[in-house]
Amino acid sequence: MYDVVIIGAGVSGCAAARELSRYNVSACVVERADDVCEGTSKANSAIIHAGYDAKEGSLMAKLNVEGNQMMTKLSEDLDIPFKRIGSFVVCTDEKERGGLEMLLERGKKNGVPDLRIVEQDELRKMEPNISDDAVAALYAPTAGIVCPFELTIALAENAVENGVEFKLETTVENIEKTENGYLVKTDRGDIETKCVVNAAGVYADRFHNMVSEKKMTIIPRKGEYYLLDKSAGQHVSHTIFAQPTKMGKGVLVTPTVHGNLLVGPTALDIENKEGVNTTYDGLQEVGQKSGRTVKNLPLRDVITSFAGLRAHEEHGDFIIEEVKDAPGFFDCAGMASPGLSASPAVGKMIADMLRDKLNLSEKANFKATRKGIVKASTLSIEERNELIKKDPKYGNIICRCEMVSEGEIVDAIHRPIPARSLDAIKRRTRAGMGRCQAGFCSPRVMEILSREVADINMENVTKAGGKSRFIVGTNKDRW
Amino acid sequence: METKHLTCIGCPMGCSITVEMEGSEILSVTGNTCKRGDIYARKEVTNPTRIVTSTVRVTGSDLTNMVSCKTEHDIPKDKIFDCVKALKGVTVKAPIKIGDVLVENVAGTGVNIIATKNA
Amino acid sequence: MENYNLVIIGGGPAGLAAAAAAKEAGEDSILILERDNQLGGILNQCIHNGFGLHTFNEELTGPEYANRFIEKVKDLNIEYRLHTMVMDISEQKVVTAMNRNDGMFQIQAKAIILAMGCRERPRGALNIPGYRPAGIYSAGTAQRLVNIEGFMPGREVVILGSGDIGLIMARRMTLEGAKVKVVAELMPYSGGLKRNIVQCLDDFGIPLKLSHTVVDIEGKERVEGVTIAEVDNHGKPIPGTEEHYSCDTLLLSVGLIPENELSKDAGVEMNPITRGPKVNESLETNIDGVFACGNVLHVHDLVDFVSQEATTAGKNAVKYIHNQENKNAKVVPVEAKDGVRYTVPVTIRPECMDDLLTVRFRVGGVYKNHFISVYLNDERIQHRPRQIMAPGEMEQVILQKKQLLAKYDLQKITICLEEK
Repeated sequence: MYDVVIIGAGVSGCAAARELSRYNVSACVVERADDVCEGTSKANSAIIHAGYDAKEGSLMAKLNVEGNQMMTKLSEDLDIPFKRIGSFVVCTDEKERGGLEMLLERGKKNGVPDLRIVEQDELRKMEPNISDDAVAALYAPTAGIVCPFELTIALAENAVENGVEFKLETTVENIEKTENGYLVKTDRGDIETKCVVNAAGVYADRFHNMVSEKKMTIIPRKGEYYLLDKSAGQHVSHTIFAQPTKMGKGVLVTPTVHGNLLVGPTALDIENKEGVNTTYDGLQEVGQKSGRTVKNLPLRDVITSFAGLRAHEEHGDFIIEEVKDAPGFFDCAGMASPGLSASPAVGKMIADMLRDKLNLSEKANFKATRKGIVKASTLSIEERNELIKKDPKYGNIICRCEMVSEGEIVDAIHRPIPARSLDAIKRRTRAGMGRCQAGFCSPRVMEILSREVADINMENVTKAGGKSRFIVGTNKDRW
Repeated sequence: METKHLTCIGCPMGCSITVEMEGSEILSVTGNTCKRGDIYARKEVTNPTRIVTSTVRVTGSDLTNMVSCKTEHDIPKDKIFDCVKALKGVTVKAPIKIGDVLVENVAGTGVNIIATKNA
Repeated sequence: MENYNLVIIGGGPAGLAAAAAAKEAGEDSILILERDNQLGGILNQCIHNGFGLHTFNEELTGPEYANRFIEKVKDLNIEYRLHTMVMDISEQKVVTAMNRNDGMFQIQAKAIILAMGCRERPRGALNIPGYRPAGIYSAGTAQRLVNIEGFMPGREVVILGSGDIGLIMARRMTLEGAKVKVVAELMPYSGGLKRNIVQCLDDFGIPLKLSHTVVDIEGKERVEGVTIAEVDNHGKPIPGTEEHYSCDTLLLSVGLIPENELSKDAGVEMNPITRGPKVNESLETNIDGVFACGNVLHVHDLVDFVSQEATTAGKNAVKYIHNQENKNAKVVPVEAKDGVRYTVPVTIRPECMDDLLTVRFRVGGVYKNHFISVYLNDERIQHRPRQIMAPGEMEQVILQKKQLLAKYDLQKITICLEEK
């Protein structure tokens, strides 16, 4: 019997797990995918919003601003990249300037520090590639960028280090109320628990509706993106939003923490909760809209495109609460944007609720810090040679676009949440994330994975678990 | 009279060749820019042949699991699949030198399979 | 820091030929740095035949062609390091490299030859919509899996792009027992050699659909099918022309990009058309003593031409090392015009060129019955008819030193296509 079962190993679930692991608690996270960060958390804008967007008094506003403030310390504790690069909301029509004032006021009320409106001269100095049409912008210096994979993985690993269990490739099929809590029925057996945290992203409504009479609807809202080569990564140095106008919402242009440029998203409500396909129209739209705020975008340097689903709840706010007619069942639902930004605060809020519900006491030996995979490419020659002397695998480059060594890949395979697929290795090490998109390194990474893990061989290596195998047989086997 | 249009595969130029035939008799070959094209065209309309390249498994090589190979000469086009099927399950032992015969008289064509890589 | 007169980045066909030529020109201090576990580069996985007709007057497979140069490099006792990744090249010609045994090390070179080759364009560069399951490979990745590792990446295959690797893989997969259902090509013409269409597609009855592209990829975990559609003149899919193919594999052969990240970081100026360095007649970049050859300079159709070009680079690097370059020579730009997309080189110093200089280029579309013309200033000096020219094949003109020198007021050399 667990104290807490968290459904979903996205950034909310993993943040909750990590915060919860401060207490003396038996907890596990159940995730249907083969890795953490496989749903909404992996395909988004990778930005930490300042917090002026959400409606004053909303949970989104509160947790966004708090989450933003927590991010500096959290990124240091968890050894993950986070850069407070600041953001602009760009107004390209003098008549719409009032919209910036409104955002400024809202931001102030939400408690966003240092917001101000910059006029075009200053704006152009700060951001030379801003559109010639730009008249002014709302500047939010506290906005930042983060790697959503590394954040989620780091939270999960730190939770494991502090005693939380992760059950991957485990799909929750039903949830039944029991005398002392809940019976979580999965395809890998039943799990008894006192409390459940429903952090299931676009599926949060399904699990909520299993236990509550007050039904919930989560609408997957698709967003499509372009990721550009690092050669385009310096095109802008802040996150550039288009001011929402009657012409629509526009797309953002932002550097990523790894030096690429990200452009998107679209916003289309769809029915299919698995609909993470990109579309011809969506990609066209991103291309067309991207020119509104930033000029001369080198779209020919696109290295990949992707789509993510935001878990939009019909009332438009986060729902983080104990379900009224299901005591011990906590929703963490509607985690659309700014869900990533808010995640540190979301995790804390959920852990606080569970602490109070279960009377949890603080752990004496909570380990707040976690060491990430060494980023060999950031080391000096001396440091690197030190490392290679200890382990020659760090001298063997496997992914030549991102200069990832064998040592880093082997580390990823043997960490607290072990990488078991090429995507899992990619998210941890960036091998395959570069301009050739794994064309060169994938056979080599497959070899390493099959060498390092007893029950993995070349023929059953997967891209992302399940049936996503790369190899279907050997030469001439069907002759 | 029958006219056949071919693209020469003798070299990467890919000349467009026209062959005029009367029954099985070749009346003329035009469009080729070298002797090789003439030979190719005459063969292609009567007895088309191809060099077949493939791989077989090799054990004991620290370079590779597969050693590349080819038919020593061209074989009839309709024997291509028989040839590759005959290579199924063939395993050779390192060391292998370029030119080593790996399979003799493959699929009854009278042509040997030879290694194209050291392993 | 170690010192070598000549460091060659890459031990593929370009690097090997450059090294051999440099050694034969009298240079003894040469080092080849190769990231793979063997010399030969991508030729090792190109097991098909058709290489070497120009160079050796016989038809070799890729590994055989590579081996001729590998043997030569070994016979000439040229030093090389395998498993060695070059991490950085500085403008001062300091090469930083790394491998398991030596760790990270630096070499001061007097001259450098860039011979890193090219890489394949990934799916993302084409913005093909759909899911992102397993089963989407660049043709070269599939080629490695099949030819080097002996594994089948799929059973039922659709290929996008009719570049040579795509065509070659259509045949390879077929011979290994897979069913190749169709090859779709965005352009109205194939990007590959004609002979490959005949012997890789026609021989096996594989249809080639020109002016078609993939508009959807299905399958969440593994590819389950793709939809292709016809495109209009702007490459835009035409609604109503969609055709669905069930398959487990999509191979992409949609172009090659010279691998110039190291060059750019070193400050080498790039030609935006070729995505390779801008070079002069000696194949020297804007950085003195840094030369380029092979697919890192521009994507070639035939390896024979890579070897020829690399030989030139190797010889010129030796001239540079021994201060035999004329620094004050007049520089004449070469202009690519009217159907000629680019030229290599982009500048020529007539005083520095050999008696004969090959200028290579590609055309921008399919041209039938056109002339390749060369102008010195406004004077036409060459006018050569060509029955057919296509972007998939490289073209060339040969310039004579004495003719260029004779034109004392030479300001510009123009290479263009003309109808008459």
